Amino acid sequence: MTNSDINRLKDKAFQVFGVFCTLIGLVVLGIFLFDIILEGAKRIDWDFLTSLPSRRASRAGILTAWVGTIWILVLTTIIAFPLGVSAGVYLEEYSRKNKLSNFLEINISNLAGVPSIIYGLLGIEIFVRQMRLGNSLLAGALTLSLLILPIIIVTTREAIKAVPRSVRDGSYALGASKWQTIWNQVLPASFGGILTGIILALSRAVGEAAPLIVIGALAYVPFTPASPLDEFTVLPIQIFNWTSRPQEAFQTNAAAAIIILLIITFLLNGIAVYLRNRQQKKIKW
Amino acid sequence: MRASEKIIEGLLWLSAVITILITIGIIWVLLSEAIDFFQVVSLVEFLTAKQWTPLFAQKEFGILPLVAGTLLTTGIAIAVALPLGLTIAIYLNEYAHARMKQVVKPMLEVLATIPTVVYGFFALTVVTPFLQTLIPKLAGFNALSAGMVMGIMIIPMISSLSEDAISAVPRSLREAAYGMGSTRLQTAFGVMVPAASSGIVVSVILAISRAVGETMIVAIAAGQQPRLTLNPLVPIETITTYIVQVSLGDVPQGSLEYKTIFAAGITLFIFTFALNNLSFWIKKKYQEKYD
Repeated sequence: MTNSDINRLKDKAFQVFGVFCTLIGLVVLGIFLFDIILEGAKRIDWDFLTSLPSRRASRAGILTAWVGTIWILVLTTIIAFPLGVSAGVYLEEYSRKNKLSNFLEINISNLAGVPSIIYGLLGIEIFVRQMRLGNSLLAGALTLSLLILPIIIVTTREAIKAVPRSVRDGSYALGASKWQTIWNQVLPASFGGILTGIILALSRAVGEAAPLIVIGALAYVPFTPASPLDEFTVLPIQIFNWTSRPQEAFQTNAAAAIIILLIITFLLNGIAVYLRNRQQKKIKW
Repeated sequence: MRASEKIIEGLLWLSAVITILITIGIIWVLLSEAIDFFQVVSLVEFLTAKQWTPLFAQKEFGILPLVAGTLLTTGIAIAVALPLGLTIAIYLNEYAHARMKQVVKPMLEVLATIPTVVYGFFALTVVTPFLQTLIPKLAGFNALSAGMVMGIMIIPMISSLSEDAISAVPRSLREAAYGMGSTRLQTAFGVMVPAASSGIVVSVILAISRAVGETMIVAIAAGQQPRLTLNPLVPIETITTYIVQVSLGDVPQGSLEYKTIFAAGITLFIFTFALNNLSFWIKKKYQEKYD
């Protein structure tokens, strides 16, 4: 064999290896989903969705967990949405290139890299202890809001950046002020992108357990929360709790709850991908 | 009119500045509690003692076992994710058809969206029993399966960011390599990977940082036994798991045991902060090489 034959052979070999590596990820994903569905699907029924948690695995349900999850999602949106979008608008439209804006930028990318459990430590000290919110939904939502704030800010900026200069110039030419231009032109034009960012951020928040465990969300809450100051649990915490019990039946419960959690996560991500695709097709400035 | 514009601008400015307050808040919370802790336990003991037993009667406060556990699971995760992620990035860039790339990439991204508590369940109930059939000595809780599953989770992070870096290399370099008669493999490893190396390094550092801070996978599958070992077959404890363990227990707030989670937290924060800034610095320094 000549050198070039050997090289060609190596090239082919790497190609096969590349396909193999790419497939490993997908195969593991497949096994994983298959295993969860096999184990959990038989446990999902109306009772499972509408029962309170219980010491007996066969009677335990996830009512409090998914109601808590929805509460957390709504509260987190209410807190993080205006905050993140305003910060994004400020950084993209108002801030001048100076030391402060530079620092803000570095700081936000740093915040995005802070482990979620550290946000839990922040939450328990500031919201639970100093602000005396207790182990409440509100404390949890505030903690998660800070956690997802960097994602919302970054995607808001990207969305606003995509609005062309001419739209703004047109608005200014008609005599609109800066804020009128942003409110009436820039924000509506970039709304799809901003929404994508919010939904992605929420899908991140819905799967978080660590910071909520640190601020003291409980696995066993025998009632569904009725106000933001009530104690709560969420699906990931319920799953963690069931996973850490030795009995086989609780593992089945965990698998069933995982199916529900994955449905919510994939649904949110699917909506975000759909919005992004639609946005990319629609925009022809 | 003008006044209300100013007020709005002020409010927007305030929301941007809140992000700085969050950072100050994190550092203040960690520092103030940790300083209390270090008034009782010396920093030297914290950094050099080889036992971590704050919850036992015989208290020892050496962070090393938790650091060792964290580095062990992180090391395993990177050992899984780096070769796989980099090969996927090269394959998708140099070999795969555009159509295939379009299908495979979003499917791989799904790996990153799965909640980590779900990965933990997977590590404990599928991967560990499977590995036990191959390695009979493997304990029920161990660093190996937690690390491997964490590696699967961060594959898309490395493959995606490395792929961006490789596709940012100018076409002319690739064409020059082909012009010299190189195969795709020689082009990839001789030209593209070295040219994109800063971007690849950034992706790996970010993946390490992510693995160091990852909590639920290790809390579920790696165990809660702090020990100074590099043996992946036995239960260990990471910094993050320890924080979860104390948060779930009934350690009275304000006690020395309670303050240990802030000392552990600041250790974790310093690790990830250093890694994130390192990646930021590399990105800034080498970014404009080809512009």
